[in-house]
Amino acid sequence: MELTLWTYEGPPHIGAMRIATSMKKLHYVLHAPQGDTYADLLFTMIERRGSRPPVTYTTFQARDLGGDTAELVKGHIKEAVDRFNPEALLVGESCTAELIQDQPGSLAKGMGFDIPIVSLELPAYSKKENWGGSETFYQIVRNLLKDHSGESKETWQEEKRRPRVNLLGPTLLGFRCRDDILEIQKLLGQHGIDVNVVAPLGASPADIMRMPDADVNVCLYPEIAESTCIWLERNLNIPFTKTVPLGVGATQDFLRELHEVLGMEIPKSVNESNNSKLTWYSNSVDSNYLTGKRVFIFGDGTHALAAARIANEELGFKVVGLGTYSREMARKVRPAAKALGLEALITNDYLEVEEAIKETSPELVLGTQMERHSAKRLGIPCAVISTPMHVQDVPARYSPQMGWEGANVIFDDWVHPLMMGLEEHLIGMFKHDFEFVDGHQSHLGHLGGKGNQNVNQEVKTKISSDATTSNADPIWTHEGERELSKIPFFVRGKVRRNTENYARQAGCREINEETLYDAKAHYKA
Amino acid sequence: MSGATLLKESGPREVFCGLTSIVWLHRRMPDAFFLVVGSRTCAHLIQSAAGVMIFAEPRFGTAILEERDLAGLADAHDELNRVVKNLLARRPEIKTLFLVGSCPSEVIKIDLSRVAENLNIELKGQVTVLNYSGSGIETTFTQGEDGALKALIPLMPKSNQKKLLLVGTLANAVEDRLISIFNRLGIDNVESFPPRQSTELPSIGPDTKVLLTQPYLTDTARELKNKGAEIIEAPFPLGVTGSTLWIQAAANSFGIEKILVDSILNPLISRAKQALLPHVEKLSGKKLFLLPESQLEIPLARFLSNECGMKIVEIGTPYLNRDLMKAEIDLLPPDCRIVEGQHVEKQLDRVRDSSPDLVVCGMGLANPLEAEGISTKWSIEMVFSPIHGIDQASDLAELFSRPLRRHDILNPKTLTSN
Repeated sequence: MELTLWTYEGPPHIGAMRIATSMKKLHYVLHAPQGDTYADLLFTMIERRGSRPPVTYTTFQARDLGGDTAELVKGHIKEAVDRFNPEALLVGESCTAELIQDQPGSLAKGMGFDIPIVSLELPAYSKKENWGGSETFYQIVRNLLKDHSGESKETWQEEKRRPRVNLLGPTLLGFRCRDDILEIQKLLGQHGIDVNVVAPLGASPADIMRMPDADVNVCLYPEIAESTCIWLERNLNIPFTKTVPLGVGATQDFLRELHEVLGMEIPKSVNESNNSKLTWYSNSVDSNYLTGKRVFIFGDGTHALAAARIANEELGFKVVGLGTYSREMARKVRPAAKALGLEALITNDYLEVEEAIKETSPELVLGTQMERHSAKRLGIPCAVISTPMHVQDVPARYSPQMGWEGANVIFDDWVHPLMMGLEEHLIGMFKHDFEFVDGHQSHLGHLGGKGNQNVNQEVKTKISSDATTSNADPIWTHEGERELSKIPFFVRGKVRRNTENYARQAGCREINEETLYDAKAHYKA
Repeated sequence: MSGATLLKESGPREVFCGLTSIVWLHRRMPDAFFLVVGSRTCAHLIQSAAGVMIFAEPRFGTAILEERDLAGLADAHDELNRVVKNLLARRPEIKTLFLVGSCPSEVIKIDLSRVAENLNIELKGQVTVLNYSGSGIETTFTQGEDGALKALIPLMPKSNQKKLLLVGTLANAVEDRLISIFNRLGIDNVESFPPRQSTELPSIGPDTKVLLTQPYLTDTARELKNKGAEIIEAPFPLGVTGSTLWIQAAANSFGIEKILVDSILNPLISRAKQALLPHVEKLSGKKLFLLPESQLEIPLARFLSNECGMKIVEIGTPYLNRDLMKAEIDLLPPDCRIVEGQHVEKQLDRVRDSSPDLVVCGMGLANPLEAEGISTKWSIEMVFSPIHGIDQASDLAELFSRPLRRHDILNPKTLTSN
């Protein structure tokens, strides 16, 4: 049993719903009790979708349990097929239905429909949403293409046509997938590469049947598409790309990898970094203030990994924390963290993440909706980089994360929550002026240092009064406190802790102005 | 009963389960904690229903069942014990802990009452542990509150005082206002259930007269009756008429002179009717379709038709308690169609066929209906907003007139063609 307050991922059938709702001409019969229909609001409210998910819930009740729930399931399946006339039918169950073992998939297969029926087994008590999405996509592809011969076909060169690829993995409720695929299609178009099928987002079962016509699969969201890509490679000999084009460097690497897999000449432009404004904006003098900004990163595996690379290599930040809630991605995130001198935080407890943020006192948090709340409480600026997300993270404007334009969007989204260049310098220079009161923030008007200052104030008095009764903790003198208050609010917590640690080590009972500078020299050394 | 047509329908539903009540109950009793014993779906449901919009650490959580918990029931009890103790260590301010049953915990038959009993013995009164079910196979949306209140009743102290007990969660401001009106009528001893602190339960006895503020408290009303209390029969306090009849019923029951009641209520009534006018102008003649969700559908339809002039196409309700709803149904216009239960597809077909001007519905259906050009109102707003009482009648009407006004602002052509 696991105690959860907020959770990063829903149950696996929510992942299946994401696939079903992303696709066209598909219907999902979900054996589930009343209440599980809440899932509809994820799509119709977070994404403001104008249509209901193509899901029929069996809505069984306690009084049905004594009778024949199997008949109830069959009734709903028949009604759904008659009403919606899908090209293929998904059949599965939610956590409660799993316990009563009606096996709706087998029931559906025995009903004599002439459409493909994909039966889903998604263990609700051990797996989660992304796994469910991945498994559902894989089962759909495998079921629809299982009779495909997989014989080697002619290459694009032999057929004297442009190369074509499938874009795999985008789904509804994914982070900016809708815009990413447009951006990647544009990017591929510039390099003379055609897109064969985009799936699951926007694909019908008939489109899935056309997937073998592609020369290469582009795995855009490994959480959803990797297992399908592996199956297609093994069974239909379609290779797939491993680089996710998030950020300037990764977009370049992605293009190189794709050209290589397709056997194409790598054009010079790939190595030119001026395809995105991120590179120049990052080099511009105004970005000097970004040097070594300490960021904490947490999200799904793909976006967290990409964020770490962009932060470190393209924006000149210092990554002070890196983690993911996707255990499936832990194997990739751990070495990436290690390369940055960190230990990866792999957890699905948002309180543990909040603790880690507090501990590292970053200047910026790149996280999910949960971290946005934590950061708000701590008074630290935050940008959302990954699901789970809020309705505000589904903007009306075009806002991709992938490719060149995605890098531009990322620059803006991550940098704007911070105080900006000259603004920060001026505040640093004139921090004793009355206009630049402590905790001044940029025009964005988030809580910033103000709240943090109050928190510190409370903590301060608490520490001081506690200190009189405890021998272990050093006491801050008036001078020490005054000097500490001159330190910018966003590092003050860290400095306070470091100084106290230093004082304890050095056996100081009091922390005065000098202790603060001693500690500073100690940690710099 | 009046000429209302009562129909039943079954099929796929689009109604929240009883767990969702936690979203307002935890705000009502800030010293209580609601621990759902369920699956990841339950956790995700409450999180989604609450919109991940609660900034403080929530006063509800989920003990998520995992595969090994399903393997042996004894283990599940031990595990739950461990989780509860961890939680209480982390949150020492909790005074009442509700263990909330869910679909999976009921299907695998975890005996939450036994777990609660054992924990109460171990915790020696530091924390009171109670249990109720919010499972979707047993309860719909607002029935969760009924379960939670019913679980508190055995803890209510006995009393022989004459008092009025308002039962059902109200917004604090509305509750204060209603109590002050009763005080003016000379009913001084007015208490509320649930109370604002879970530990300050009102006492109950043969001289307790109960006035229900919400229509979904079937079990609670029955248990209070079993404790000797008298349930005052009245329509529910929505709109001017409903609220007036509701207050009058209490006043009658306390033997208050009609002349005093009228002298206090009449000014409120005429002021409220004045405030209603602009909304009546907007709502009058418009067609309304209510899909089942909160159990407030029948009182809302009564208010919107009788006081705001709307035409009722259909009133959906998750279940129909004929006793509690009798006074309401009697006030409905003749030939009103009330449909108990739901077949969501067929019901939506009827919505489209009747092209209503406004649909009251759950959160999952609102945007799809808006996309079809039908204005909507979320049912869940009715359980969060201060809508009860005479003074709130125009605020209540405004909840329905606003979507129509907005529609007109954004679609001026429709305005001229009408």
